[in-house]
Formats: sequence, C-alpha cells, structure tokens
Amino acid sequence: MTFVLSNPWLHGLVFGAVLVSVLMALVAFITWFERKLAGRIQSRLGPTMVGPFGLLQPIADAVKAMQKDFIVPKDADRFLFWLAPPLTIAFALATAAVIPFSKDVLAANLDVGVLYALAFSGLLAFPTWVAGWASNNKYALLGGMRMVAQGISYEIPMVMAALVPVTLAGTLSMQGIVEYQVASGWIIATPVGAAAGLLFLTTALAEGNRIPFDIPEAESELVAGPTTEYNAIGWSIFAASEYAHSVITAAIVSALFLGGWDGWWNLPPLLWMVAKTGFVFLIVTWVRWSLLRFRSDQLMALCWKYLVPGALLLVLIAGIQVSVRG
Amino acid sequence: MSAEQVLFWVFAVATVVAAGGVILARNPIACAMSLVATFFFLAGIYVLLWAHTIAAVQVLVYAGAIMVLFLFVLMLMSLSDQGPVMTFSAWRIAGVVAVVTVLAALVLVFRRLPAQESLAWSGDAARLGDFGTIKHLGAVMYTQWLFPFEAVSLLLLVAIVGAVVVAKARV
Repeated sequence: MTFVLSNPWLHGLVFGAVLVSVLMALVAFITWFERKLAGRIQSRLGPTMVGPFGLLQPIADAVKAMQKDFIVPKDADRFLFWLAPPLTIAFALATAAVIPFSKDVLAANLDVGVLYALAFSGLLAFPTWVAGWASNNKYALLGGMRMVAQGISYEIPMVMAALVPVTLAGTLSMQGIVEYQVASGWIIATPVGAAAGLLFLTTALAEGNRIPFDIPEAESELVAGPTTEYNAIGWSIFAASEYAHSVITAAIVSALFLGGWDGWWNLPPLLWMVAKTGFVFLIVTWVRWSLLRFRSDQLMALCWKYLVPGALLLVLIAGIQVSVRG
Repeated sequence: MSAEQVLFWVFAVATVVAAGGVILARNPIACAMSLVATFFFLAGIYVLLWAHTIAAVQVLVYAGAIMVLFLFVLMLMSLSDQGPVMTFSAWRIAGVVAVVTVLAALVLVFRRLPAQESLAWSGDAARLGDFGTIKHLGAVMYTQWLFPFEAVSLLLLVAIVGAVVVAKARV
C-alpha cells in the first residue's frame, strides 16, 4: 500500500481505476434513486419490478441498451458521431481526479485543482456540440447550439463564484481549500460564501444541462436535443455522463463550500464527504422535479444581467474581506 | 526510459501528427478537430514540464472556450470539402518567407539554450522548488512582468470593443 502511494504513477493509476469504477457503479445506482424520488414527487412508485424495491432496474436497463443495435444515421458524420459519447463520459469522469474524499483519499492533489476541475467540467459543451452537429438533424443542431451558448455563458459566473472560496482560502488546491475550512470554518457559514455557493450551484445546474436549465434538450421543442439521433449504448453513455457530471459537481460544491470531508462525532471523513455530496445531489434532483424550464432568452438574461454582475460583486466583497483580515 | 520520457514521446508524436492534420486535412471540420487534439496533447507536454497552471489554462481557455466557438462558426458555415485552390501569388511568397523566418528564429533560440538535463526528468522534484506553481507564476506576472501583462489586457479590451463595433454596424 505504501509502495503504491509513494509512486506517483501507480498512485494515479490505482486511484483513477478505483474512482472511475466506483463512480460508474454509483451513477447506475443514482438513476434508480432519481427515478424513485421523481416517483414520490409525482405520486407514483418508480421502479418496483426488478429486484427488491426495483434496485436492479439500472442493470436491466444497461443490459437492454447494450443488446440494442447502435444505429448511425445515413447522413451523419460517422467518425464524429462515434466520437462524441466517449468524449462526453471521459470529460465528465476526468473532473473527479482532483476531488478530495478525505485527508489522503484523492487521485491528484494539483496546486491548480480548482482550475482543472472547472476546465474539464466546462469542456462538456464541446462533445455535446459535436454530437449535435454530427447527427445532421435540425433539432440536434439547435440543441447543440443552445448547449454551446449556455455552457460558455454560464462558465463565467461559475468560475467567478469559485473564486470566492479560492480568495478566502488563498489557494487553488481543492485539498487546500478543504483544509482551510477545517481550520477556520466552512465557507458556506460566511454570508459571502453562502451567496457564492448558491450562485455556483445555480450555474452548475446550467453547465450540467439540468432542469430548470435543460434548454438544449427541451423535449417539448427539440425532441431530445443533441442526443435525438442516438440510441442504444450511445444514448446510455450520454445519460450516464450527465449523471456522472451531476454527482461530481455535487462533490465539488461540497468540497468548495460545505467543508468537504470535515465533520463531527469522529465519523470517517470519507463518510462525511459522501453524505454531503449525496445531500447536494438530492437538492439538484429535487429542483429538477419541482421547477419548470426557462426559456432560452430568459436563461441568457439571467446569466448576463444578474449572475455575472452578482458574481463580480461577490469576488469584490471576498477580496475586501481578505484584505481587511490581513 | 522513465515513465516521463515515454509519456513525452506519446504526447510529442501525437502533437505533431495532430498539428499536421490541421494544415493537411481538406475538410475544415477535420482541421478544427485536429487543432483541439493538438491543444490537448500540448497541455500534456506542459504537465510534463511541471507547468500545471499553463496546462489547466490551456484546456480551460483554448480547448474549452475558444475552440468550441471556432467549431461553432465553422460547422454553421457548412463549407464544402474543397478548400480554395492555391495559386502562385505574392501572398504565397510572403507566407514562405514568414515561415522560414520564424523557423530560423526558433532554431537560433534553441541553439543558444544552455545544455542541461531537464530537472523534471531527472526525478529531482525538490530542486524545482516552486517553479511552475501558480504562486510563483502569479508573483512573477504581477511584479516583474506587470507592464506587459497590463498591455495585453488593454489589447484584449480593444479587441472586444472592436468586435462590438463591427457587430453593431451590421445589425
């Protein structure tokens, strides 16, 4: 074990493999959780037939998707159509590399961890657009365009909201920010931190293409947006990467604002991190099944007229706070 | 060969192949996709050079924002596979002159570099100190190179204002 931990290459490989496996298993389970919760909210039962409480439903779904024929439309750009799903899941999972799950459970403690996480989660717009264009379908293309516009616009307030914990902690390392919170209190406990956390979560919903910001795939207008032409395993990979992205974003929110693996009662830090991530994901899911979808122009207005100036103001306040603190 | 050297060759060959694709591919979409790949492999080389900050910024800004917009424009213009046919012209001569000049300048610079073993490759990370960390980069950028940094910011501001003026004129 110590040999693995001391060699950076082995450390990265082993942690990466474990992290990806656990995340993918978690993503399968989380689809069940979301369907159950959606069922509760809409007064229905959700999956009940496969396994106890329908717990084996995700496995049945995956087997079904893998058995189906993966159809590439005749006029699609074959290579890019194939390329988009693996790229999506790769970018979503790559973000997890810098998330600290406890004092020594993390794949890579980069000194620019926050920057890395934002870079890879922001890249998600790219394969989505490639998928939309390669499908050669007008709904897919429109969905892809919306995704790019939304992804690039919301990245600005997102990065600035993340700048608040970075300024307060004085480091760009995710582990460093968590350690700062262990020493001087969670960032969510300060007024500016709470506002920044809320703003970050809002923009993360837009980046991850979740309701109320899932305009790119707006099924009432665009069939299924960029994934309209995808079926079988291609579609499943898109769905899985959306969930993976949501879970990882929830973990980033917990690490940046909710104190990461910090907690009480001598419980293992890993448990605290997982509990906080689960809590944030619960909020995200709850929002998804409670709110209505925005209109495209409302979404842009919200971003540029309110979120960007608001985020700028928060960065300013955080800066003043740090300079007063000395 | 150490793991770093293996990775270097993987990234270096991939960068050159992808960069070749940018100028050799006929289809503009293929060119743009090759450029994205080039940026990624280049980011890998930055990481091997211990410049994590530059690598992250490379992915965040170039691969993330700029190339997505690039692709966006290219794909919506629905260009045909056939590029413009190059004819012998003054532009072509100017291009050749520019390329040769840049190449000569690069060769001169490389020859002047003192021959020394790479610190990152010798596995002696301690000797690197805080080189390449964001702390070091920030300190250098906001003290020694503050004026060039601000000048570039001004240049970008001018570009933004220019873009707004051009776009407004056509609405």
